[in-house]
Amino acid sequence: MSIPETPAPLLAVSGLESCYGRIKALKGVSLEVASGELVALVGANGAGKTTFLRTLSGVQPASAGQILFAGEAIERLRPEQRVRRGICQSPEGRQVFGPLSIEDNLRLGGYTRSAAEVSEDLDKIYQLFPVLRDKRRLAAGTLSGGQQQMVAIGRALMGRPRLLLLDEPSMGLAPLMVEEVFAVIRRLRAEGMTILLVEQNAFGALALADRGYVLETGTITLTGSGAELLQNEQVRAAYLGL
Amino acid sequence: MLAQFLQYLFSGITIGATYALAALGFTMIYNASTVINFAQGEFIMLGGMLAVMFQQAGFPLPLAVLLAIIVPSLVGVLMEKMVVEPVRSADTVNIIIITIGASLVIRGVVQVVFGKGAFMLSSFSGDTPVEIGGAMIMPQSFWVIGVSALVVVGLWYFFTRTLTGKAMLATSFNRTAAELVGINTSWVLWMSFAMSAAVGALGGVLVTPLTMTSYDSGIMLGLKGFVAAVVGGLGSGAGALVGGLLVGVLEAMGAGYLSSSYKDALPFVLILLILFFLPRGLFGSRQTERV
Repeated sequence: MSIPETPAPLLAVSGLESCYGRIKALKGVSLEVASGELVALVGANGAGKTTFLRTLSGVQPASAGQILFAGEAIERLRPEQRVRRGICQSPEGRQVFGPLSIEDNLRLGGYTRSAAEVSEDLDKIYQLFPVLRDKRRLAAGTLSGGQQQMVAIGRALMGRPRLLLLDEPSMGLAPLMVEEVFAVIRRLRAEGMTILLVEQNAFGALALADRGYVLETGTITLTGSGAELLQNEQVRAAYLGL
Repeated sequence: MLAQFLQYLFSGITIGATYALAALGFTMIYNASTVINFAQGEFIMLGGMLAVMFQQAGFPLPLAVLLAIIVPSLVGVLMEKMVVEPVRSADTVNIIIITIGASLVIRGVVQVVFGKGAFMLSSFSGDTPVEIGGAMIMPQSFWVIGVSALVVVGLWYFFTRTLTGKAMLATSFNRTAAELVGINTSWVLWMSFAMSAAVGALGGVLVTPLTMTSYDSGIMLGLKGFVAAVVGGLGSGAGALVGGLLVGVLEAMGAGYLSSSYKDALPFVLILLILFFLPRGLFGSRQTERV
């Protein structure tokens, strides 16, 4: 399996560590994402996947290590400065602004963008998720889990990401909805979006991904192309239940 | 009978409007940070005191009023930056106690600089009462009620129609998600301190021609504003407005029909009843979801 070679990866993380109090949740994670690539980060519950994405976005402090984004060290930047550089995240558990309308949620996703960009992108998001256009005046908190997931992804897309971070987009969704969310991810990837996908649904994520990383208790234990990892005995036993 | 009732009602609405502004101040800071800022009353006092001082210093009234709003908001920002921000990760209760400390400092400084005396600000448009249904209403009452109404409408517009306002609301609903869309949440925090200080100070300026002011007048105004915010349901803008008017009218009716010695006790009886029977207040929508 050949991996598309790019001179410098869009995201290069090395030796990243992060703690909750005295507990080290990330113990030196190194990972790369090239431009246009879909990389899956899989692992069991509590492995540190969400912490890793939170640290990338800057809402969780890094205690050691380096995050290079487009050649720039960003590990000391505030979250909103990282958003302005193009790191947008759809967080675990969706985290929509419940009492605000869908449209307000999406507009806030474009908080760092100009008004012209926002109205243009709003149209694109409604094309991607037509159901949101019909319900755009409703409070986001009243939607089903799947629709809230659409709002969360749409909100992240409104920031015009150069790197889209998706944390557990299929969590807690009905099988049909999971399929729909994965279809959207496939479509975004076909459009050239660079995506880092965190999933407990390892099979679905690895089937989509160019490359994958397996995270276990704060350390990367395996890496390879999506197909390779799907065939890996260890992965099959631990995460796919095969 | 009716004239008397109207008289009490008007004076209740007037003072209630001030409580409502104070309650809105509590609400804005609470929403941005879950902190109850017990220095809110001092912003009200500062507004009144500074308006008097600037007017005595020879500034024309509009300028004195403007300065009496701007300076307290700067004090609010300073307080957030120097007192609240450094202990951002501390328990909410600790921060609340720190705000009490800040209020003591503000009150102390004002007492040292301006003394313990009571100060009077001249009414904005004369002292000739207007008769409505037999009740005599001071023109200043219309200023208090009218400007407060404008502020409420302005805040409503800001929080429901502008992206900046919605970003502040979004931060109160979900801080992490707000940071993830690129909202600078520490800006939201100090902005909320500036705004609530400004709104409180404005209330203080408006009501001073009716009530006079002194270094310690913020204590009661702040506490009653707090009662109003809790009665309305902490975190709710509409609740703050209704709570403020309710507390003001109840107090005026109590003073008129019962005895003015119960005036200050009634709001606290009200807060006890509300906490017994409607712990989330009249408009309390926010569930406590923090762990």
